[in-house]
Amino acid sequence: MEKRLANWGNYPALSCDETTFSQEEQIQDFISSHSSIIARGNGRCYGDASLATFSVSTLKYDKVLAFDTVNGIFECQSGITLDQILEIIVPEGWFLPVTPGTKFITVGGAVASDVHGKNHHVDGSFSSHIISMDVITGNKDTITCSALVEPDLFWATCGGMGLTGIITRVKFYLKKVETAYIKQKQIKARNLEDLIRLFEEYNDYTYSMAWIDCLKKGDAFGRSILIVGEHATADQLSESQRKAILKVPGKGKLRVPFNLPSFILNTFTVKAFNWLYYNKNTKREINNVVPYEPFFYPLDAILHWNRGYGKAGFVQYQFVLPLEKKDGLVAILQRISDKGWGSFLAVLKVFGKQESLISFPMEGYTLALDFPVRKGLFAFLDELDTLVLQYGGRLYLSKDARMKQEVFWSSYPNAQKFAAIVKTYNGDQLFRSVQSDRLLLTEK
Amino acid sequence: MPTVLILGAGSDMAIAIARQFAVEKYDIQLAARNSASLNALQQDLQIRYHVKAGSYSFDATDFTSHAAFYAGLPVKPDVTVCVFGYLGDQEKAQSDWTEATRIINTNYTGAVSILNIVADDYAARGNGTIIGISSVAGERGRQSNYIYGSAKAGFTAYLSGLRNRLFHKGVHVLSVQPGFVYTRMTENLTLPPLLTAQPQQVAVAVYKAAKAKKNTVYTKWFWRYIMLIIKSVPEGIFKKLKL
Repeated sequence: MEKRLANWGNYPALSCDETTFSQEEQIQDFISSHSSIIARGNGRCYGDASLATFSVSTLKYDKVLAFDTVNGIFECQSGITLDQILEIIVPEGWFLPVTPGTKFITVGGAVASDVHGKNHHVDGSFSSHIISMDVITGNKDTITCSALVEPDLFWATCGGMGLTGIITRVKFYLKKVETAYIKQKQIKARNLEDLIRLFEEYNDYTYSMAWIDCLKKGDAFGRSILIVGEHATADQLSESQRKAILKVPGKGKLRVPFNLPSFILNTFTVKAFNWLYYNKNTKREINNVVPYEPFFYPLDAILHWNRGYGKAGFVQYQFVLPLEKKDGLVAILQRISDKGWGSFLAVLKVFGKQESLISFPMEGYTLALDFPVRKGLFAFLDELDTLVLQYGGRLYLSKDARMKQEVFWSSYPNAQKFAAIVKTYNGDQLFRSVQSDRLLLTEK
Repeated sequence: MPTVLILGAGSDMAIAIARQFAVEKYDIQLAARNSASLNALQQDLQIRYHVKAGSYSFDATDFTSHAAFYAGLPVKPDVTVCVFGYLGDQEKAQSDWTEATRIINTNYTGAVSILNIVADDYAARGNGTIIGISSVAGERGRQSNYIYGSAKAGFTAYLSGLRNRLFHKGVHVLSVQPGFVYTRMTENLTLPPLLTAQPQQVAVAVYKAAKAKKNTVYTKWFWRYIMLIIKSVPEGIFKKLKL
């Protein structure tokens, strides 16, 4: 059915013909009758990676195929979302090995973006936990691949934004947990220096990230709250929590019902928000035990929070810089702060080492922030791109809606190799998106 | 635990109904032409909802196989949901008898054949619930889908007659009249979002109506009134419309 589609940033939006499937032969029929398509999950990537004239929604291909509750192995079709998986695994004492900041993504999307979480420095990205998966490639064959079997296909599919084919089945390891709670610690950092020192001090925590106020200038530049945590053990819970140690938290009810006018988010309101956020923690350090939901998915509690940015939408800008390029981080943050073009949230995290073909993470600092689409924004982001390149960094394809192709090719060291593998499995460019056309990973 | 039999279990609406009953702790019997295609759903129901699920081969248009199919079920279901249907190609069916009979046999004859067998069993036992998924298309014939519509009209009349007969035996019959639903069957149609239900909404409505022993349920609810209006248009005017 023809409809107007956009991903989470509401930018860009275009008219797409989307089909669904619940059986593999249905998708084979669709592939045979189209010359270019892209798989699409829950539309939670921010930009144009899963947009194309013809898209294949995996949302109805959502069956759980096996769950080994003894060894923590989960096998499912690609369209199931992480929130559904949590409802199944948490009561059995298991958790996702890696989860991004929203649970409303599909497993297929988690693979195609090779998502990372607050535990990247300890556990790596999603691909490190995959046992095997099935991909329908360009010649319409379903190929089972893993790090050992068909490794080229496997590594080009992890983080490959759907360009090797349609991911249909994924089998992966879970993480054992004793409770559904997180013992968290929130520490205020006076400025960026302080924050970076704290990250180093607390780097043995499994989970860590920081909310950073990037509008603050002077001595308090980079003022932030570092949040670290561990899965809580049963004896760390309060009496009331102990009554149901593996309880899945209730569902979020708040929602933004429609697009807000964009003037609502201006420098003043963002500053006020950041002030409130920072000062709600009156003590320098807070220690408490909370359900996993607010720890991992604070924004999921407000359904459709993206509508807060108005009809024009927004882009999320996420880059990573090598660990030794701290000065680059300062320089880029400075530019953002000087511009004052707003950022509802800015998240800073330290990635651990990662060997991969085309995945985003590498050892270093990653910063993510939102920019409402406005006149002049893309020119400004191009300037930021230049800085990111200069400091040896790169941008996250899942967030990207506008990067110039030369930025991609010069920042991803294995881009050529990736493109060659894509050509092997997707020679006729059956799988292509607005993003792959823009980045010249597929030819127009 | 009670058991529900889903006839035509491969469709989007059937999957949603199966999951809804599984949430309510029913064991699930899935039946479709290709039972191997149901394996994934069977696993899914067992793992997600901790209920028993089985897959069975059932062809709605192979009438002579129906008695053996029902006799072969390991447990006789407490609830039988007849979900299978075939929209078909109206234009083709106007001149192609194979297509026309496929529409009629799937939506009407096949349903009558299997439900006759289930009804006799339930009548003899003195309990049970039969749920038939018909369609608002059966309430007034339109040029765009009257072969499908007339088969569904037959099915709707069958269900109301069956309800009348079985009421006296302690067996409940629920007729479901969905309006537009987002499924693969309607994927190529442009549907008005406000009037169109998601399969999960239909499933919840079906379960609630069965539990409350309602006779007829429309999904979404206002389709009852839309159809009242459509049925009240005088035929002299209706025939001139291009619907």
